[in-house]
Amino acid sequence: MKALRWIGIGVLVLLPLAGLGNYPLHLMIMCLLWGYVYTSWALMGRLGMTSFGHGAFLSIGAYVVVMGWNHFGLSPWFGIPVALALTGLVALVIGYPCFRLKIVGHYFALVTLAFSEIARMIIVALRDQTGGSLGVTPNTALSNASWSLLALQFSSKLVWFYIILAVWLVGLWIWNLVNRSMARIALEAISQEEDAAASIGIGVTRLKLGVTMISALMTCIGGVLYAQYQLYLNPETVSGIGVSLQMVFGAIAGGMFLRLGPTVGAVFTLLLTEALRLALGHDIHGLDTTLYGLLLVLFIIFMPKGILGAAITLWRRHRSTPSAATA
Amino acid sequence: MIGEGPLPFHKGEGQGGGGMQVFDVFLLEAVLNGVLFGGILALLALGLNLIFGVIDVVWICYAELIMIGMYAVYYLHTVYGWPLWLAFPACIALVSVLGAALHQFVIRPVLAAEPINQLLVTGGVLFLLQGVATLAFGVEFKNLGVQLPTLQLGELYLSATRLIAFVVALAGMIGMYLFLTRTYLGTAIRAISQDRAVMPLMGVNPHRIFLLTSALGGALAGLAACLLVLQYDIHPAIGLSFGPVVFLVCVLGGLGNMIGGFVAAFLFAQFISVGGYFFHLEWGYVIAFLFFIAAMFWRPRGLFGARS
Repeated sequence: MKALRWIGIGVLVLLPLAGLGNYPLHLMIMCLLWGYVYTSWALMGRLGMTSFGHGAFLSIGAYVVVMGWNHFGLSPWFGIPVALALTGLVALVIGYPCFRLKIVGHYFALVTLAFSEIARMIIVALRDQTGGSLGVTPNTALSNASWSLLALQFSSKLVWFYIILAVWLVGLWIWNLVNRSMARIALEAISQEEDAAASIGIGVTRLKLGVTMISALMTCIGGVLYAQYQLYLNPETVSGIGVSLQMVFGAIAGGMFLRLGPTVGAVFTLLLTEALRLALGHDIHGLDTTLYGLLLVLFIIFMPKGILGAAITLWRRHRSTPSAATA
Repeated sequence: MIGEGPLPFHKGEGQGGGGMQVFDVFLLEAVLNGVLFGGILALLALGLNLIFGVIDVVWICYAELIMIGMYAVYYLHTVYGWPLWLAFPACIALVSVLGAALHQFVIRPVLAAEPINQLLVTGGVLFLLQGVATLAFGVEFKNLGVQLPTLQLGELYLSATRLIAFVVALAGMIGMYLFLTRTYLGTAIRAISQDRAVMPLMGVNPHRIFLLTSALGGALAGLAACLLVLQYDIHPAIGLSFGPVVFLVCVLGGLGNMIGGFVAAFLFAQFISVGGYFFHLEWGYVIAFLFFIAAMFWRPRGLFGARS
């Protein structure tokens, strides 16, 4: 399995060098970027904390950095720590009381939903600074150069591919660290029966807050990358209920209990949208959303472990049947 | 999947520019508008609370059911030329059937699964309905084109549509209250909501009650659609502009607590209306949402829920 992993990474590293066009490269970048964001969400989502508020973290990352650059000439390299600090603070302010007061399940989902809507409303309300619903473009640093490290802007998609590939790999590595920690086992116990877990000495609030912090900070970085790569932002694509639900469902469709599950979800939803667009053209609006919604309903009813989860179960069953017959 | 801005609240009415006088006539207007808006919110919250109280499921797609109802009224009235008094009951019936279908085909298969799955599955329905509406009706804004006069009371201007909506919403709520307290079925519904395990032993068929409750919740959504279609333009993403507010109202009042939801709706509407009057409409929403979060930390089970 270990060899397989390195081969996979090797293929991903070498693939763009084979001279892919801009469009396939863009698709791969988007798959990895959303895969990373969904992975960040699933880090806490799979432990029973269904957050509908991750759009807020995504928008803090995206908007703080772009606003700093546009209005104060602050380089993203300084903007990123500011955004991370703000995200951490916000996650603490929302998370601590929630976990302390045992706001779980439906209530947690709906409280965090309020929160992602607040982020969207604030961005729209500050329309003089943020451009409101019309969105905003970071001031370009590429007018007479093809890249600017200071402004974190690169015209080459290849550069972006490697940056985002690296971030995605770090995301998976963090997943691994969390997965192998005692904290994960404790958190699983908490998600099963919070009071019982507390009674055997598990620090419920501290653990939940810890994993929420990691998840929120990772999502914030995803927002930064999205803004710098797309060079265009609007409140609907990075904040509010829409993108928050998109994260939840992307992760679930792929399989949120597996490391690569959220990435599979991102690949699946992006390819679905693109395939429909290519097959039917731009004129038919809404078909992708219709199919997406329908598939989600079917997934949750028939395949709650997601695509990857179901595939692995199927594969294991397939493999174990012949060996059981010979044994 | 695109969310829209908040519902235009002070549409076409005189709006004061942040005067700080306490007995400002515009402030009074904002308060009154808040009360009228509160009536609609209360009706919206009632349907959701009924469903949650009885079936223990949150319909994330509740606002999308209303959106479908609004389109139904629009098409029946402007395209097929039905009079409004006929289009409205048809809309209520349609959304009611949709509610029952939602329960039968989507909720029922996951009733035994983890509770969060029931929330998520209706989120899938949200996208589905939004997509279907975009496919079938396009993304253009549609307007029913029924214009009711603006009432003038001294220096106050109030829209008649909003007043009618408020009165109908109140009547609907009273009707629901009477149904739940005075009829056999209503009593069975309340009993199920108190103890889901024991009622089947008393000879009540829970599945039938669930289906009926879903149809009732759908009917309330249909009624809300009839009232909203008079005031707002219709587009496929309209659900996202008031859906979150309704959920927050329900949570604030305590999920499943119908009286709590009623009070919370008026509180919330005041925050939006008066906050929007002093600053800007979006800030009204921001203030209301922040109030919601603060209230959750003060009373995690809702303002009227039991203290944990």
